[in-house]
Amino acid sequence: MKTDKNTKSVTDAQNQKTCFFSRWFTKILSSGFTASLFAIILGLLTGLIILLVANPGQAVSGFFMIMFGAWSEGLKSIGMTFYYATPIICTGLAVGFAFKTGLFNIGATGQFTMGAFAAVIVGTSCSFLGSAQWIVGLLAAVVAGALWALLPGLLKAFLNVHEVISSIMMNYIGMYLVNYTVSNVPILYNQLTNSSAQISDTAVIPKFGMDKIFAGSAVNAGFIIAVLVAILMHVILNKTTFGFELRAVGFNRNASKYAGINEKKSITLSMTIAGALAGLGGGLLFLGSLGKHIEVVDVLASEGFDGISVALLGLSTPLGILFAALFIAYIKQGGFYLQLYEFSKEIIDIIIAVIIYFSAFSLFVRGAIKRYLSYKKEKAEAAAGSMGVSGSTSNSIGAGKAGNGSTGNSIAGAGKAGNDESKGGSV
Amino acid sequence: MDYIIEMLGITKEFPGIIANDDITLQVKKGEIHALLGENGAGKSTLMSVLFGLYQPEKGIIKVKGKEVAINGPTDANALGIGMVHQHFKLVHNFTVLQNIILGVEEVKHGVVKTEAARKKIVELSQKYKLFVEPDALISDITVGMQQRVEILKMLYRDNEILILDEPTAVLTPQEIDELMNIMRDLVKEGKSILFITHKLNEIKAVADRCSVLRRGKYIGTVDVEDADKEVMSEMMVGRKVNFTVAKEDAKPKETVLEVKNLIVESKREGHTKRLVNDVSFSVHKGEIVSIAGIDGNGQSELVQALTGLSSLSGGQIFINKEEVTKKNIRYKNTHGLSHIPEDRHKFGLVLDYTLEDNLVLQEYFEPEFQKHGILQREKITKHADELIEEYDIRSGQGSVTPARSMSGGNQQKAIIARELSRRPDLLIAVQPTRGLDVGAIEFIHKQLVKGRDEGCGVLLVSFELDEVMNVSDRILVMYEGEIVGELDPKVVEIKELGLYMAGSKRGGHHED
Repeated sequence: MKTDKNTKSVTDAQNQKTCFFSRWFTKILSSGFTASLFAIILGLLTGLIILLVANPGQAVSGFFMIMFGAWSEGLKSIGMTFYYATPIICTGLAVGFAFKTGLFNIGATGQFTMGAFAAVIVGTSCSFLGSAQWIVGLLAAVVAGALWALLPGLLKAFLNVHEVISSIMMNYIGMYLVNYTVSNVPILYNQLTNSSAQISDTAVIPKFGMDKIFAGSAVNAGFIIAVLVAILMHVILNKTTFGFELRAVGFNRNASKYAGINEKKSITLSMTIAGALAGLGGGLLFLGSLGKHIEVVDVLASEGFDGISVALLGLSTPLGILFAALFIAYIKQGGFYLQLYEFSKEIIDIIIAVIIYFSAFSLFVRGAIKRYLSYKKEKAEAAAGSMGVSGSTSNSIGAGKAGNGSTGNSIAGAGKAGNDESKGGSV
Repeated sequence: MDYIIEMLGITKEFPGIIANDDITLQVKKGEIHALLGENGAGKSTLMSVLFGLYQPEKGIIKVKGKEVAINGPTDANALGIGMVHQHFKLVHNFTVLQNIILGVEEVKHGVVKTEAARKKIVELSQKYKLFVEPDALISDITVGMQQRVEILKMLYRDNEILILDEPTAVLTPQEIDELMNIMRDLVKEGKSILFITHKLNEIKAVADRCSVLRRGKYIGTVDVEDADKEVMSEMMVGRKVNFTVAKEDAKPKETVLEVKNLIVESKREGHTKRLVNDVSFSVHKGEIVSIAGIDGNGQSELVQALTGLSSLSGGQIFINKEEVTKKNIRYKNTHGLSHIPEDRHKFGLVLDYTLEDNLVLQEYFEPEFQKHGILQREKITKHADELIEEYDIRSGQGSVTPARSMSGGNQQKAIIARELSRRPDLLIAVQPTRGLDVGAIEFIHKQLVKGRDEGCGVLLVSFELDEVMNVSDRILVMYEGEIVGELDPKVVEIKELGLYMAGSKRGGHHED
């Protein structure tokens, strides 16, 4: 339906207003936002099918609960959404930041765990720090996460060891190290619950009034910190010379070297920063409330892997990641209420997983939309051209369109060359 | 006369532009037909239409008199049409043999059989003197050999109509002569060749007829015998072109680059060959020194060692009398060195960055473009706009155009703008006009001479004899990693230069 309108307005190119509208529309449609939205809708529909299979009678109301459940208790459930979003904003940034610089940080889980561990050590054993305890705890988390990513970063930069391999290893080393240490150090261990001991009151991140606004929820200042960090990462990547270097290395290591950028240093730093972000996520979650403990179980922390889907869904841009994390937290919050409709917890987890899974297709969907649009556009413009109405406005869009190269990419080499040629002719 | 290919009234439009406007191209069987036009004239688009990569809005294609619909390279192949693209389509971590048979490999019980293919390839390569090492990896062989692999790929598929897209851009004079002979042999065997180029000498040398395109329009077809270079270039560009670079005699000043006993050893295991063997020379401000030589004689390694892209095994490098042998790339780049790299996609540009970001790639860290680590976007854009204006860099969206979507010529102009605008003391330019058309070459040569006249020392590495003879003030010839002669372009003849390049003459002494 949407695209119908689009075609129509393009063929109707004589009318300047519609032309402007179509351009605006095309821009929205081909932006990453739409792709992510499509992926989400696709995921939700599949979720609905699973609901129908699992429990036909309650499926529709269950579906609406997933969609809107996060509003069901008003500000409280919104607060919980923010609470759940906090750690995955951080791990999402950890994956996305590394990805922007050409690295696939699959080790966010390990870095997150080490961050949580460091925060819990400070939280349980350093009550002498008083009101600074939570700050020191968060800093410790940042440092621990950074150190845990430093090694894969160094290996990648200097020995070209693939970061996926080395950081997966670091995930397991981290998990077992933490489990072993927690269960063998009395001050950290609570035998009754087989988990880490309670942190001190002063180690808990203050609320900063969040508990007043979102009464009854667990949300705290950690959410504000995560949002600020996302904005900071956006600024670093896009506005600073440092980000300019990191992205250049990510896109083209050779050209960066040619331009005198120390690409080994860039890779190491980028990985370390990613680790620091994941570590912060661990700190924010485990110092978020008194009720959070590191459980001694041999399972990798899911927040790290959620970070990968968050980063993909957010197309690796810090602000995109912020919204993607909120979305996934929102769905999880809705899923929480789904238990009211007698869906088993496993089904809920499956549905959430499916939605996240489809979300990861957003890149693919974006590609498909672009191809479709350029095909449409080519046809429409050709028709308009043969009617003799290709004015100067459409000329300038045209050049831009040919420039994005998506057609060229999809139809192999000569297509690309042809695209370049045609551009040369236009200017 | 039979036409083997007829493209009648082909019109292909892209949004906003007409890449091919009612173009007619008729190729006779057994002829070498040149397709001449500047970058952006629509040659590649037309060939993509013939190859089935684009569908034209209007017009028909006939092969051997029959109208055909070509929907993709597979259809084209089935009709006996083969193409060597300007940018090679080779799998870099495959061997030569694997690349040639890729897509038509013989399979027995799920296992690829290569014996017969190897035999055929060896036969073909001997028959047409297309020397290749079947088991060498593509990533290890020279650009020249990669092209021979591409030609063998077509021959291996028994294609009858061969499209060569700018085949000589990367070859040495001797290799070009060989290629011409190969083309003549191919035609003798009944194959037809469509030869895309903008080099008039080659058209004169080998083509029977020549069709000219300009800005997407068909200008005309001439018999090469009857048309001289001036006529064809005027058809192509639409104005008269200067083939020689107007320049005054060089006024060399103080030494800007001094190289002493430079050695680069091969890093491949089991090889101890010296790729650059004990090379010493100097470049002065205000002169253009060319390093002539056939591709693969150590020029790339020499330049990479000079600029710092790879390490050297021995020797010393001085820029402005300061030893920089062990300094890093950034230090050299900020102390007088500019570098136009051989491979503009691999080294010269971050293709996913915008034009304006690429234009500050060597300067983004200077106080002019950043304040406390924050990029000054306005100044970067302004800087880009100035260079776009000064160097006539054309792109779809101005300074925010992604570098990837610009044409090769304009990408090269962007690199040249970036490197020259830094007012370097020393410019190392490697193959700066590779793959560019007459107009762009003229422009770049002018810029090099302008740089020289403003007091820059230029070290030009080129495989094109015309360029070496035209632009330089002094010629150094490199052969097998050594400098075998220093020549004066005003005195030496092209033939003699060729002998030095082929290694049959050294140091000005007659040995044979």
